[in-house]
Amino acid sequence: METINFLLDGFDVAFTVQNITLALIGCFLGTIFGALPGLGPANGVAILIPISFSLGLDAASSMILLASVYYGAMYGGRISSILINIPGDEPALMTTLDGYPMTLKGRAGEALTLTGISSFFGAIVATIGLMFLAPQLVKIALLFGPAEYFALFVMAFATLGGVSSNNKAKTVLASMLGLAVSTIGVDGQTGVPRLSFGNVHFYDGIDFLIVIVGMFAVSEIFIFIENKNTKSTKNKKNLIINKILPKLSVIIKIIPTMIRSSFLGFFAGVLPGAGASLGSFIAYTIEKKISNKNDTFGKGDERGVAAPEAGNNAAAGGALVPMLSLGVPGSGTTAVLLAMLMTMNITPGPLLFKNNPDVVWGLIAALFFANFILLILNIPMVKIFTKILLLPPKFLMPIVAMISFVGIYGISGSSFDLLLMIFFGLLGWLLRKLDIPLVPVIMGSILGNLMETNLRRALTISDGNWAYLFQSKVAIIIWIITIVGFVLPLIIGKRIKSQIDKLKSKN
Amino acid sequence: MNERIFGVFSFIIACGYIYVASLTQLSFISDPVGPKTFPYIVGSIFAISSLFLIFKPEFDPKWPSLYKFLEIIFVTIILIVYAYSLPVVGFVISTLIATFILSWRLGAKTTEAFIFSVVVSFGIYFLFRTILGLSLAKGIWGF
Repeated sequence: METINFLLDGFDVAFTVQNITLALIGCFLGTIFGALPGLGPANGVAILIPISFSLGLDAASSMILLASVYYGAMYGGRISSILINIPGDEPALMTTLDGYPMTLKGRAGEALTLTGISSFFGAIVATIGLMFLAPQLVKIALLFGPAEYFALFVMAFATLGGVSSNNKAKTVLASMLGLAVSTIGVDGQTGVPRLSFGNVHFYDGIDFLIVIVGMFAVSEIFIFIENKNTKSTKNKKNLIINKILPKLSVIIKIIPTMIRSSFLGFFAGVLPGAGASLGSFIAYTIEKKISNKNDTFGKGDERGVAAPEAGNNAAAGGALVPMLSLGVPGSGTTAVLLAMLMTMNITPGPLLFKNNPDVVWGLIAALFFANFILLILNIPMVKIFTKILLLPPKFLMPIVAMISFVGIYGISGSSFDLLLMIFFGLLGWLLRKLDIPLVPVIMGSILGNLMETNLRRALTISDGNWAYLFQSKVAIIIWIITIVGFVLPLIIGKRIKSQIDKLKSKN
Repeated sequence: MNERIFGVFSFIIACGYIYVASLTQLSFISDPVGPKTFPYIVGSIFAISSLFLIFKPEFDPKWPSLYKFLEIIFVTIILIVYAYSLPVVGFVISTLIATFILSWRLGAKTTEAFIFSVVVSFGIYFLFRTILGLSLAKGIWGF
């Protein structure tokens, strides 16, 4: 009952003219970001954060805008997967397996409608899950002191990439790079300048928004410059959709799939370090095990498109649970959303639910609302977005670049910050060429200060005794999860990776 | 450059990072940990993970051709010049020129790129400055 009351308050926050408009804009932009190959939810949110900050939006409104973009991208990713066999973003990869074969059979419109419905179903299940699970997790989080929080941050890094991450050394290296960036600037506890090379610009530290926009937006420009002319523009003929409405019997057929996949996806999303890609992967593989009796999967089975889409949308909502209730993000996009809250001086975690209930419940209410908008945008109006897929990179990328510059310049008005952003763009390009993940770098730069502060607080309490970090029961449990989460992928990661590769090459 | 060379680079950077962190001046107020310990931990793990790349490389990156590489450098220079010209000549003119060059380098024809850059720079100016009231770079002429 309490939850319902909170939710009603949330609807009061969400249903202002400004917030409804923001949700509409967010859903629309998000679907575009999702649909365009090369840009995903993290890029979309990254580009819009500095702008929502410069516009002076309050925390609840910014969160509504950005979370709508996040959900929208999860819907939009399927469009290019189904129509041109190129995933619009990473979680939509599994949707290509049965989605593109459906297109080849002339059933593209049906595939889009079915995935639209499953996306909606997955996202609604996840939003309800978020509503009930997050407050419970908050109760546990209230038991956490600095030592437990420090362990939790270590866990977030150790489990990054989930079970499918192949090279742990690279993930660790990337995390440390991000943490190293976060230590630049005046030390918050003793007031001494640190690693600032005597340069005044570095005294305030490097704003993580600069790292985020550099790595997620500017590096994209370099990738496009490198790949121009080589990207295939075939398949564009498929962008014509004929029949949109599937038979009722087909919709009934995918209902059990949607239910299974949504729950699997949601739990995959809540788990540390998993995120939406794992959600769609698990949903698809399990659905294939259950339903592939006549060997129809991979050849355009309706359940094969419904499963990954319900899975990734549910996982996207699930990933918001640890981010909001513990302040520990599990994926790139939730890390970026966390950065937004921190820029507004709001620290997620138990205090967020206590001090800023309007942000949490306004967000949840807005997510329900956004899903209905997205359902309309993505089924009857899906043709608009297929037109946008025709926008060539030569026009798209300059727009991304200019908006990144406008956003970062709007925060500080300093050319030096823009220079740093370009630097991180180049660094991001280099790391991507070396197959080093960017998400840990981003997370390091966002979480570094909190992590260090908690470590130092813990050791101040214990008067310098490091064993204190491993003393409480809660802390020991977290450390055990950390070790398992770090070691397990080394053992089973290769197997899962080869399974994904097998699925990819089959296609 | 393969993984191994990158590993060497990042090992040197990690060591340099630890060295610079060790130069931090301590103040009279301090906690039991001090400002140096966390960077020391980060730097050490950084260095160790670099060693893994040096001794156990697994991935062979594909590098762009020299021509593409020069193009990336060219675009970087354009972006840097853009960053410094913003406060001088203002948003509209510098964005017009930067967008023109970027879309031209990405394969647009000259006239196409020109029309596009006019639309983008005035479009963003109108949307962000006039409608949303965001502060854009003003420059000496005020736009």
